[in-house]
Amino acid sequence: MTENLTIKQASDLLKNKELSSKELTELYLKNITEGKELNCYNYVLEESSLSEAVKSDERRASNSLKSDFDGVPIGIKDLFCTKGTLTTASSKILSDFIPTYESTVTQKCKDSGLISLGKLNCDEFAMGSTNKTSYFGPVKNPWKLKDSKADLVPGGSSGGSAAAVAGDLCIASLGTDTGGSIRQPASFTGTVGLKPSYGRVSRWGIVAFASSLDQAGPITKTVDDAAILLDIISGHDNKDSTSSIKEKENYSQNMNSNVKGMKVGVPKEFMSDDLPKSTLKAWDACKDLLKSNGAEIINISLPHTMSALPTYYIIAPAEASSNLARYDGVRYGLREQGENLIDMYEKTRSEGFGDEVKRRILIGTYVLSSGYYDAYYLKAQKVRSLIKDDFNKAFNDVDAILTPSTPSTAFEIANEPNDPVQNYFNDIFTVPVNLAGIPGISIPFSNDEKNLPIGLQLITNSFEEQKLLNIAKNIEETVQYKATPEKWWIT
Amino acid sequence: MINDWNLVIGIEIHAQVKSNSKLFSSSPTDFGSSPNSQVSLIDAAMPGMLPVINSYCVEQAVRSGIGINAKINEKSIFDRKNYFYQDLPQGYQISQYKDPIVGEGYIDIETENNQKRIGIERLHLEQDAGKSLHDQDPKYTFVDLNRSGIALMEIVSKPDMNSPKEAVNYVRKVRSILRYLDTCDGNMEQGSLRADVNVSVNKDGEALGTRCEIKNLNSFKHISSAIVYESKRQIKLIDSGKRVDQETRLYDINSGETRSMRSKEDAHDYRYFPDPDLLPLVLEKEWIENIKKNIPELPDEKKARFVKEYSLSNYDAEVVVSDKATSEYYEAVVKGRAPKLVTTWVTGELFSVLNKKNISIQDSPVSADMMGELLDNIESGKISNRLAKDIFEDMCETGKNPNLIIEEKGLSQISDEGEIEKLVDEVLNSNPENIEKYKNGKTKLLGFFVGEVMKLSKGKANPGTLNKLLKKKLDN
Repeated sequence: MTENLTIKQASDLLKNKELSSKELTELYLKNITEGKELNCYNYVLEESSLSEAVKSDERRASNSLKSDFDGVPIGIKDLFCTKGTLTTASSKILSDFIPTYESTVTQKCKDSGLISLGKLNCDEFAMGSTNKTSYFGPVKNPWKLKDSKADLVPGGSSGGSAAAVAGDLCIASLGTDTGGSIRQPASFTGTVGLKPSYGRVSRWGIVAFASSLDQAGPITKTVDDAAILLDIISGHDNKDSTSSIKEKENYSQNMNSNVKGMKVGVPKEFMSDDLPKSTLKAWDACKDLLKSNGAEIINISLPHTMSALPTYYIIAPAEASSNLARYDGVRYGLREQGENLIDMYEKTRSEGFGDEVKRRILIGTYVLSSGYYDAYYLKAQKVRSLIKDDFNKAFNDVDAILTPSTPSTAFEIANEPNDPVQNYFNDIFTVPVNLAGIPGISIPFSNDEKNLPIGLQLITNSFEEQKLLNIAKNIEETVQYKATPEKWWIT
Repeated sequence: MINDWNLVIGIEIHAQVKSNSKLFSSSPTDFGSSPNSQVSLIDAAMPGMLPVINSYCVEQAVRSGIGINAKINEKSIFDRKNYFYQDLPQGYQISQYKDPIVGEGYIDIETENNQKRIGIERLHLEQDAGKSLHDQDPKYTFVDLNRSGIALMEIVSKPDMNSPKEAVNYVRKVRSILRYLDTCDGNMEQGSLRADVNVSVNKDGEALGTRCEIKNLNSFKHISSAIVYESKRQIKLIDSGKRVDQETRLYDINSGETRSMRSKEDAHDYRYFPDPDLLPLVLEKEWIENIKKNIPELPDEKKARFVKEYSLSNYDAEVVVSDKATSEYYEAVVKGRAPKLVTTWVTGELFSVLNKKNISIQDSPVSADMMGELLDNIESGKISNRLAKDIFEDMCETGKNPNLIIEEKGLSQISDEGEIEKLVDEVLNSNPENIEKYKNGKTKLLGFFVGEVMKLSKGKANPGTLNKLLKKKLDN
């Protein structure tokens, strides 16, 4: 009864007094302790989660609940600044950083009575797609290959957020997605991962990676839960100039899984002989499923898809190189003593940042340098507009676009390619969505022959999250994907 | 021009926007607060903090742009200027690079014999950095972030100035306009207005010389001396067969010299790019028009009006209007009074007291009302000009009302002919030899008799009546 609870189920249990928030929180703290080996959490809030749960129970007793979901424990990616709680971005340079302020998103969760179990591991500064760049070590995917004990990557950068949901170390979690960092790990772990439209969710208080691409979103066990969390975290924030003034919708209430008459596009550029057969098969099966549920499948073209990855790997590092300049050892975070200012900078940043972060700072600095700016950064911005145009044109003809979430399923930690560029290919299907600023969701569809989850990605036009969730819900209802990993970490 | 060398000068003015809060945060901007007491999470560049534009600062920049006759750009973009320094928390300064909020404009300045139009390239908004304190500790540099994030307007001139005097007059004029608009307090000692001056030299018909930029000049005197020194230095270099290197230089106020700070080769690559945390700044036409409608009278207009309405000379008008507070003081006094008398007293007596006390007209011990009252007494003949000066001195010291002083000290002028005649007779009776001399043609002695009577009357005798009576008696 209390395994793999969704937000909906948990809040029903609380409502029906079958379980108190304290009991629920204790249960998840126990799951976290048992799942230590997965390395999902950088920091567990053992005491404050329980005291918050007790307060929630008191609110319930006095009929003063903050929301229907008051008392539900969730996990938070360690990229959200949380007042009084360690916030590290999984980097050595922030390994002792305790903010005096709360990010808008996590504040909204608190205001709804959600309880934070702790801060979830991720790639350092959200840069990576395997969670291996974390200063606190890699997260292990709860899933295993059939007949193998090898540890698999959970994807990244929100690897801890996805693995914790898949391994039931929390009911749901918050992640961030700059080039696929929610959808790719969701796909690798059989969870639902939603990246909202750029500007739908406030970025205030989230450690910045690439400001024009970053967006926070939920990782959950169901589409309904994704809608619930999006309802809670979205909306305009006057502390974020890029946050949209568009009225937020009530996604949960307006959920309607009917897809009759909907047009779903399938972009030919996403088809490749390199895709695993099982992924192609899942993609085809999903098309058939939608068709039989009354949707129309239309072949479309997004001609600049192949330019998305190089474009992304210019724009994101450029912004990152500037965003990460503030970690200089002067005011907070790690400081290595030096002979003089420059020496202190060099020692602090050499010691504080990992290889992947350094690599991206160098790339970003290079593409913005005078003499190279036009050839790289400016050109990338132009290509970015072309990619946006591709989507705009496509959405003249279709309601949504269906693609695989990732070019492969999860792979062994030991087999991670040494060539960073090879690793960047993990994001090939997710990156165009960030460049266009539109919403995308990854939902689990089936498992491959190795028993690993395959995720499919749905994409809609800007601020059409409702449509996105509706179609995702239709697929979810039809496929009834119920697979969960075996809890091998419990001995 | 020095010998046959031309000076070419361009100036970048950094003017602090007059605003209660910073450009992208709500921290206060009060000068002289204790270190790091006006710093928000944004100013300190804490992780995850985002800038939000302060619309009042935008309004101030637009107002300033209108004041310098410039084009207001309906769309402008904030860029990041990236460099590392201890007092730059973000590791970049938010500034405007390719698309500033204000485009080309101009102002007119006074030259020796004429007016000259100085072109303005642009005005853009940017953040100030913090302050590094190097003298607080033998080993460490301390950082005060109170200034960090304060809004600055950078006003870039064209290289249209050709002498230190023109350069100073240009900065004076810009400062005066900004003060009229109330967009910058123009306080140079506090660093609210500073200038970077670009200097090069060339000869007629030759291409422009290589320029050097002298950074951070914060007084008119320094601007002038730095240009003089720098131009001479460049001429000397060229004359001795060397060349001028393009570089940034600092002016040493103690030695009066400029010295190299960094060469062009060491120049930073600032890696400008549009700040992704901020949307392009888009201004509505109507909004700009509305600001235009509410622009107050500016120095040039006011000067023309003063010349016309109060028959001031061009020079006097320039002096009076160059400072907004002075012009307001003047206008308050001149209403219904003789302009000439007012000009003499304001630019003469009052200015000399203010200079001596080194205070601004706002802090004048003699208010415009009090000054008016004093001048009324002169105009009505109640006191003489000479006596008025004594009273004025008293007013400056005690802050007392002139009428009160006149009453207390019994200083009212004696205009009664009979009373004055008594005094005249007394003087004449005790100076028979001088009367003789006068009658024998030494008429200059009239002044002596006037002086004696005045002394006797303690300066209160009406000079007109006194003169008339004396002449009548002596010439008989």
